Amino acid sequence: MNFDFSEDQKLLKEQVAKFLSDNCSIDVVREILESDKNYSDKVWRGLVDLGLTGTTIPEEYGGLGLSPLELCVIAEELGRASAPVPFSSSVYLATEAIKLFGTDKQKENYLPKLASGEIIATFALPESAMEPNPDNIQCTFSSGKLTGTKMPVPDGSYADICVAVVKDKTSDSIGMSIVDLSTEGIEKKTLTTLDQTRDHAEIIFNNALSEIMNSSGDGWGDVQQILDIAAVLISFEQIGGAEASLNMAKEYALDRFAFGRQIGSYQAIKHKLADMYIKIELAKSNSYYGAMMLNDNGSDLKIAAAASRVAATDAFNFAAQENIQTHGGIGFTWEADTQFYYRRSQVLGLSLGSIASWKNKLVTQLEEKNN
Amino acid sequence: MDFNDTPEENNFRSEVRDWLKNNAPKEKKAGGYDSIDVQESALSRARDWQAKKAEAGYAAITWPKEYGGLGGSSIQSVIYSQEESKYNVPTGFFDIGLGMCIPTMMAWATKEQNERYVEPALYGKEIWCQLFSEPSAGSDVAGVRTKAEKDGDDWIINGQKVWTSGAHFCDFGIIVVRTDPTVPKHKGLSFFFLDMKSPGIEIKPIRQISGGSNFNEVFFTDVRVPDTQRLGEVGEGWKVALTTLMNERLAIGVPKSADYSSLTQLAKDVILNNKPAIKNDHVRAKIADWYVQSEGLKYTKMRSLTSLSKGETPGPESSIGKVVSAPKMQDLASFAMDLQGAAGILNDPDMSLMHSIFQNQWMSAAGYRIAGGTDEILRNIVAERVLGLPQDIRVDKNVPFNELADSR
Repeated sequence: MNFDFSEDQKLLKEQVAKFLSDNCSIDVVREILESDKNYSDKVWRGLVDLGLTGTTIPEEYGGLGLSPLELCVIAEELGRASAPVPFSSSVYLATEAIKLFGTDKQKENYLPKLASGEIIATFALPESAMEPNPDNIQCTFSSGKLTGTKMPVPDGSYADICVAVVKDKTSDSIGMSIVDLSTEGIEKKTLTTLDQTRDHAEIIFNNALSEIMNSSGDGWGDVQQILDIAAVLISFEQIGGAEASLNMAKEYALDRFAFGRQIGSYQAIKHKLADMYIKIELAKSNSYYGAMMLNDNGSDLKIAAAASRVAATDAFNFAAQENIQTHGGIGFTWEADTQFYYRRSQVLGLSLGSIASWKNKLVTQLEEKNN
Repeated sequence: MDFNDTPEENNFRSEVRDWLKNNAPKEKKAGGYDSIDVQESALSRARDWQAKKAEAGYAAITWPKEYGGLGGSSIQSVIYSQEESKYNVPTGFFDIGLGMCIPTMMAWATKEQNERYVEPALYGKEIWCQLFSEPSAGSDVAGVRTKAEKDGDDWIINGQKVWTSGAHFCDFGIIVVRTDPTVPKHKGLSFFFLDMKSPGIEIKPIRQISGGSNFNEVFFTDVRVPDTQRLGEVGEGWKVALTTLMNERLAIGVPKSADYSSLTQLAKDVILNNKPAIKNDHVRAKIADWYVQSEGLKYTKMRSLTSLSKGETPGPESSIGKVVSAPKMQDLASFAMDLQGAAGILNDPDMSLMHSIFQNQWMSAAGYRIAGGTDEILRNIVAERVLGLPQDIRVDKNVPFNELADSR
């Protein structure tokens, strides 16, 4: 029985945690919230210098050639720090998409630049508040040009390239295409969101030059595959954020006195914190299995990814909201740090589509497995 | 990351498999949910099987060899249980004795006493029970009122214990009693083991809301116990009781119950809003929620087993099992009955869907949320021991027991 990360992976986790505690304190996150900056360039540069943007990029393309398990431990620490960087969009989504579905030329062109941090990439799927499906994707790719609107696109205001989910006119099917976001025919508008520590934009493509990517023949299935990978990785960010929220609530419950005693000695608070812990452990266990399936490219990946997503979203949403509740009035102030996890929990929880949808997907996969 | 055995674990598993193949009864494991009311024939089969296991060293894998154990590791014990669970062998009669009572004896009794009592318990010849809970002492078990008074070289016990599993077929018991009511609660307790056939012990089965009877009330009227059967010093019974309670957390679990897969099965068979319930989004979301909880517990166990496999103590995550699974048993059963509409009230295995498994589960779950630590106590334990939050203020802490507010 070896259902745990390796010693090397745990060492990497500590290294990332150390870097983030030195360079990405909650004040750094606050600075992004209160300024016009889209992200922390300093933290991002540091992650690039550690080689982390190239974690799973093969060595032949200038990456570290490590497994998704290494990405999982990195993700957990980024979530714990609520780091204001484009890691999830550039690394979990766009890089994985290019690795899986890029043409040889696209891989040669983009992967080394992603590994070295020369470019930041993003992944654009939704176009409005309507849940995306193969029939309502309006962005069209035709004769090397992309037209349509994507929103919200994470880190869309400043990303260099974008992997967009498109309707390919040539084959009249769903596909993915890569766009250089500095080319002509692109209009970007930064959006106001719940979490201004993570940039989101609306991007309008108007006959913008674009290159279509490879497809397995089932373009929508390809998109789902990328979402499944990201679901597992983001679940680790959620776990990190949930643990940070629980820890913050615990510290406050020990410090704060009411009616002559620590509020952490009241069962109403104890049970609330115990429930946070329970949800976090259930999420962690589901995500460990997700990580294992991701690493083995196992047959249960789809189910495990959905389970990781459902459990981790529940854990982070609950921990972030009950952290504020534990703090009482002070937790609702701008000065309090509780807001960063409260904001981030929704951004991560909604980033890959509604949980109602993931639950349905989970049961559909279970039905297929048992038929 | 994998679920594979190490080579040593794999060797042990093969040994166990071979032994079980040659020694375990051949009948298929019965499906469904048997009543656990005790039957003489089951007890006699259980004794035979226990003796066979003890002979081979598998009855107490982690115990030292001097006590008849295998001197093995916790992971070996888990491997044995995994393999044994594939066979229809009678279990359950010795869990409390070997899981809680005898380990307490080993820690506190004399060498001679252990030589006398450990082996017959291990071989299933003598069965032990635990006499802690009382009508006025449940979660607050240190509040026991059953008293023992010194009389020469003996103690005379008077009072009542409750929720004693198996008292009616047990040979010996361990008991915590009050020997000094004039000092604060925890300081006036002493601990004994006693012969359950002693004069003055009366055992009455408790009928549970499920209709079954798995527990007893035990009444003590002038029951004489020699002082030589005291474990620990007079007034230090709580210290001894903690040895037992630490083992309880390992021994008490929740039985395998109808889960998301049974619910999925049911949802295919019943109609909701003119279509099979499985097509209903709300039903699907509930199935997903319980799937995630079940899998979460399953993989939490794998994480704990990984620690055991490395020879480490499992982390605190192992403490969440019952507080998740017992309420899940109840909620899932309740939801499954709701899907059956008015017919959900049927509790006749011949009439109700899926042989009443959900109805029976709903009934028994109410007990599992209490047994071996209520949901509330388990949350306190997580908050205090895992998260390090302070204990609740105790108004009874420095007050003599006989001056405490009385609940009736």
